[in-house]
Amino acid sequence: MQRDIYDEDHEAFREVVREFVKRYVSPEKAAQWDRDGEVDRPTMLAAAEHGLIGLSVPEEFGGAGMLMDYRFRSVVNEELIRCGHGSALAGAFGIHDDLAVPYLAHFGTDAQQQKWLPKMATAEVLGALAMTEPGAGSDLRGVTTTAKKVDGGYVVNGAKTFISSGKTADLVVTFVKTGEGNRPDAFSLILIEDGMAGFDHSKTLHKMGFPGHDTAELTFTDVFVPDENLIGGVEGLGFIQLMKNLPLERLSIGAVAAAVGEAALEWTLEYTTSRQAFGHPVVDFQNTRFRLAEMATTVDAMWAFTDRAMNLYRHGKLSADEAAKVKFWCTEREWEILDQGVQLHGGYGYITEYPIARAFLDARVHRIYGGTNEVMREIVARSVTGRK
Amino acid sequence: MRIVVLVKEVPDTYGERTLHLETGLAERATSDNVVDEIGERALEVALTYADAHPGTEVHVLTVAPAGATTSVRKCLALGAAAATHVADEGLVGADLGLTAQVLAAALGRIGYDLVLAGNQSTDSMAGVLPAMLAEHLGVPNATNLADVTIEESGISGTRVTDDGTVQVSAPLPAVVSVTESLPDARMANFKGIMAAKKKPLEVLTLVDLGLGDLGLDGGDLTTARSIMLAVEARPPRTAGVTITDDGDAGVRLAAFLAENHLL
Repeated sequence: MQRDIYDEDHEAFREVVREFVKRYVSPEKAAQWDRDGEVDRPTMLAAAEHGLIGLSVPEEFGGAGMLMDYRFRSVVNEELIRCGHGSALAGAFGIHDDLAVPYLAHFGTDAQQQKWLPKMATAEVLGALAMTEPGAGSDLRGVTTTAKKVDGGYVVNGAKTFISSGKTADLVVTFVKTGEGNRPDAFSLILIEDGMAGFDHSKTLHKMGFPGHDTAELTFTDVFVPDENLIGGVEGLGFIQLMKNLPLERLSIGAVAAAVGEAALEWTLEYTTSRQAFGHPVVDFQNTRFRLAEMATTVDAMWAFTDRAMNLYRHGKLSADEAAKVKFWCTEREWEILDQGVQLHGGYGYITEYPIARAFLDARVHRIYGGTNEVMREIVARSVTGRK
Repeated sequence: MRIVVLVKEVPDTYGERTLHLETGLAERATSDNVVDEIGERALEVALTYADAHPGTEVHVLTVAPAGATTSVRKCLALGAAAATHVADEGLVGADLGLTAQVLAAALGRIGYDLVLAGNQSTDSMAGVLPAMLAEHLGVPNATNLADVTIEESGISGTRVTDDGTVQVSAPLPAVVSVTESLPDARMANFKGIMAAKKKPLEVLTLVDLGLGDLGLDGGDLTTARSIMLAVEARPPRTAGVTITDDGDAGVRLAAFLAENHLL
């Protein structure tokens, strides 16, 4: 499909990303990330040096100033995914630029921005976002991690789980209870730093997909966090701050799903063209042709939907329910395309040496994280019916 | 110091490359067109020197079709300060002699202390252009260098040949060409792309260079030119001769080679 959201700057940047992939991404590197369970820091630093990380950091702090424009970020996703070995990087870059940086860039005090954003632009400091707890995911108001006010700061106790980049992060934007009850103003976002006494983020979880991108459990045992780490410097704004950035998170998952769908189509086309059966390339059988036609049409629809959302976002008009639609619809189409792609690869589609098999395993979580697709439907239903 | 780097846009070496069967020109429409890698290496030599020597201006010069702007911008994104792009319909299919004349005229306009180029392009692989250019400019040329040292007053380097290595040096101004022994070019980055948009990029025609009567369409018949008379697709490969060894394969192989005048 001819997409019309990109201009020559995006295409020039795409060449940079491709060159980065050529120099820094390979099956061997991906295997190493998978074994280590995380992406090595030198690769992250190199990515930042070339502007693949730090896109959402404002220019005055050394970033690209693209906080309110997802197009360059989408170009990064597209090229990392297309190469077949970059999904760990796409994940790690996304957590930093889409889930961590925005909370500082939108809501941080001047002092917080000056302290952290320059280092986040260079990937010297990597961020993560911690909301989910062992007993609270979709039901965010059920979180029990508390930040009790003490002289000069807060004492944080509790635990978070399923935190992407949780082990490698230097700075975790953490959703905590600073008040009583579960009213929206009982919650705040607070910055927890690697190395703070009582903060343990060393335990990683073993997942069915994204083996090269760390996901961790975080525990907080009487962690003293200074006042200066309360995002925005005012208690009780955590919920409002999350609501402001969640549409971006959901848009980002939808855009990744579209990129995966497109890559899956390319891999499947390539495979079925080179694979022979009964004396003909598999691509010449009518079943294959029809399935590829369906996949291609679905990919076009995903881009049409996502590109429109990207345009709404950069004009400051992407609503929560539109972002929720993009997230659930695209990740479900992604799943269908991958399932079809695996099928057309035959036995090879089940072998993790093939990108389609790894993408299939990676993609399962897209319907779960960032707000489950059931929660997305709830958000959409609320806007459709006007009833809570 | 002003270093002018010659770059060329070529069909991607790693992609499918074809000639147009009527014009004999490289098919640009069907391939990804990129900055020739060897030219990027020459640019890297210039940029490395400029990084260490403030006050050095790196200028990129190309003769290319009008559509080559993306490639020129890439050189600016990599760090060149300015670019000159000679684009003229009269230069379509230009031979080396004409290209050298045009480059010499452009260099006269830009001004230079050092001209850096790749030793040969990956598409036409002629390799003689830097020497022709030096002849036009009346300056020394040091070609096919595997390493280069640039100093205020001159350059020196090593030329590797089949028979040995030669140390060469020349005072500035000079023309230098480098081989692929030189390091890979650096990568562009986001800020480079944005900065490139604000850098000067001058597009010139033959008339701008005072060479209005030189173009291939200008009817200049006073200078000998290489022109393409005919071009044909390479015939498809036919199955070769298989010699099965029944004890006399050596003799039959020799006979085959002799028969085809290959011995």
